Amino acid sequence: MKVLSRIYNYLIFAFLYAPILVMIVFSFNSEKSRTHFGGFSLRWYEALFHDQVILKSLYLSLLVAFLSAVIATLIGTLASIGIHSMRGVKRKAYLAVNNIPVTNPDIVTAISMMILFVFFVTRFHGMEMGFGTLLISHITFNIPYVILSVLPKLRGLNANIFEAAQDLGCPPVPAFVKVVIPQIFQGIVTGFIMAFTLSLDDFVISYFNSGSTAQTLPVTIYSMTKRPYSPKVNALSTLLFVAVMVLLIVVNLRRNGDQKKEVNV
Amino acid sequence: MKKLFSVLLAVCVVAGIVSLAGCGNSGRVTINVYNWGEYIDESVLSDFEAETGIRVNYTTYASNEEMYAKVASGAASYDVVVPSDYMISKMIEEGLLAELDYNNIPNYRYIGEDYKSLEFDPDNRYTVPYTWGTTVLIYNKTMVDPADVADQSWDLLWNEKYANQILMFDNPRDAFGIALKKLGYSMNTQNRDEWEQAAQELKKQKPLVQAYVMDQIFDKMGSGEAAIAPYYAGDALIIQQDNPDIDYYLPKEGANFFVDCMCVMKNSEHKTEAEQFINFMCQTDVAVKTADVIGYATPHTAAKEALDPELTSNPVVYADAATLANTEVFLNLTPEIGKLQSELWTNIKKD
Repeated sequence: MKVLSRIYNYLIFAFLYAPILVMIVFSFNSEKSRTHFGGFSLRWYEALFHDQVILKSLYLSLLVAFLSAVIATLIGTLASIGIHSMRGVKRKAYLAVNNIPVTNPDIVTAISMMILFVFFVTRFHGMEMGFGTLLISHITFNIPYVILSVLPKLRGLNANIFEAAQDLGCPPVPAFVKVVIPQIFQGIVTGFIMAFTLSLDDFVISYFNSGSTAQTLPVTIYSMTKRPYSPKVNALSTLLFVAVMVLLIVVNLRRNGDQKKEVNV
Repeated sequence: MKKLFSVLLAVCVVAGIVSLAGCGNSGRVTINVYNWGEYIDESVLSDFEAETGIRVNYTTYASNEEMYAKVASGAASYDVVVPSDYMISKMIEEGLLAELDYNNIPNYRYIGEDYKSLEFDPDNRYTVPYTWGTTVLIYNKTMVDPADVADQSWDLLWNEKYANQILMFDNPRDAFGIALKKLGYSMNTQNRDEWEQAAQELKKQKPLVQAYVMDQIFDKMGSGEAAIAPYYAGDALIIQQDNPDIDYYLPKEGANFFVDCMCVMKNSEHKTEAEQFINFMCQTDVAVKTADVIGYATPHTAAKEALDPELTSNPVVYADAATLANTEVFLNLTPEIGKLQSELWTNIKKD
């Protein structure tokens, strides 16, 4: 039985990681083929760093992901504090409104936002769809996810602590920053990371709301698939995968470190 | 009252951010160029910027339909686009393309006469050809009996000997084009009966087809997983580099002749600069770079001479005028025929 469960475990991991492994191996292929490995080479990495179109959209994607995650985290955290203090029907209503965009198909969100933006752009001269509309749309779809990851932390928070801090003479704002924020910080970080990754790999919403000037990385990669796609994409995906991996390891190590510290205290 | 005020405020904030995006780049003129993915040597973009001081905002798409959807949605404004033949006729009909001032595009004189005055732009008012090619039939020499390719016909795709080794286009236009040509009809026929007959042919072919694919053809033909497939001439060369057993021919019944052209959008605010860009792309050294990267045939006469003679003497990729006489460009189908085509296609694919 134990052997079976272990095999099952390995199978799951194989399904999850085999495609990524193949992609990484083929990013070092000296040939353009997707089926035949001709030897080790870094030529696709070199080609990648010479491809201005890919690099530009990578930069744009990272910028939009970062900005939208920061802004959505700010707005989302404040919103969850507000929702947390609500009671009864009002709270339920707000939560429902928050959950609709999460369950809504991306395409509906994308088209409805595009229609709104097109309305503005055609009414007011001098406006144009581009980076601004892209950023707004990303912030919009990120906020509910931040709220969903911060709210549970607030629920677990002892409401008396905040009052205790004030009783001990701390004014409300510093009390909030020094007492409440550290307690829900895990949730805020989770929300930020989630917003960042969701924004980075979003295709549909970016496609419809980027106008003619701001093309994100997923849209660029998609446009390359009609022709025999270049292993440059493998190289790029490998780099992204490694970067995310390193980030996760660092975050986990830090968390373990924190836990040890707490145990020592 | 307070509520109304806060709604108004929210609207103002949205409007403010949207307008902020519009005035990011003052001073230098920026043109928006929308081209197929992997369809340019990117270094020429910075060359153009350095030479003219015009900034190029370069974005890419994967299909004519995707480009059209974006252009027609009103959500984006482009200056230069690169549609294919049938999409050009559709966009001209809908008034989306601007008439070009060819005085601003002196390098247009390099474009070969064979690629001008084509049916989608008979008076040469809207287009400057960028690349061209034909569909060809690709096969694996080790898997196909030489006797079966001797007559150079589309019939090979219907040869029962190669059941489950045949690939077919996964888009109705190309698939029906082949079936119509096989029957000796025009690819742009308005005759419903001929479309029905073509559908019968495709139904007959279906049991023999291993898969309906587009770019997976590169893998399947390259690795020998399939023996026969129709695709574009320039891409046949790429597969051949991967697998030397690959050969190809231009079927005798005729094939699709496609031309991708540079065009300027009617709502372009920088038409002169857009024409300047098109002119730059037709400079001989730039056209050579472009042709090198894309691998499709160039309509640029001077660039063709500068390319590797082994490539330009290839009788399939650079088919001569006599061979091309037998080929046809796709024209925009009338709505009724377009609807019939998609009905028949769904019907073929579903059972």
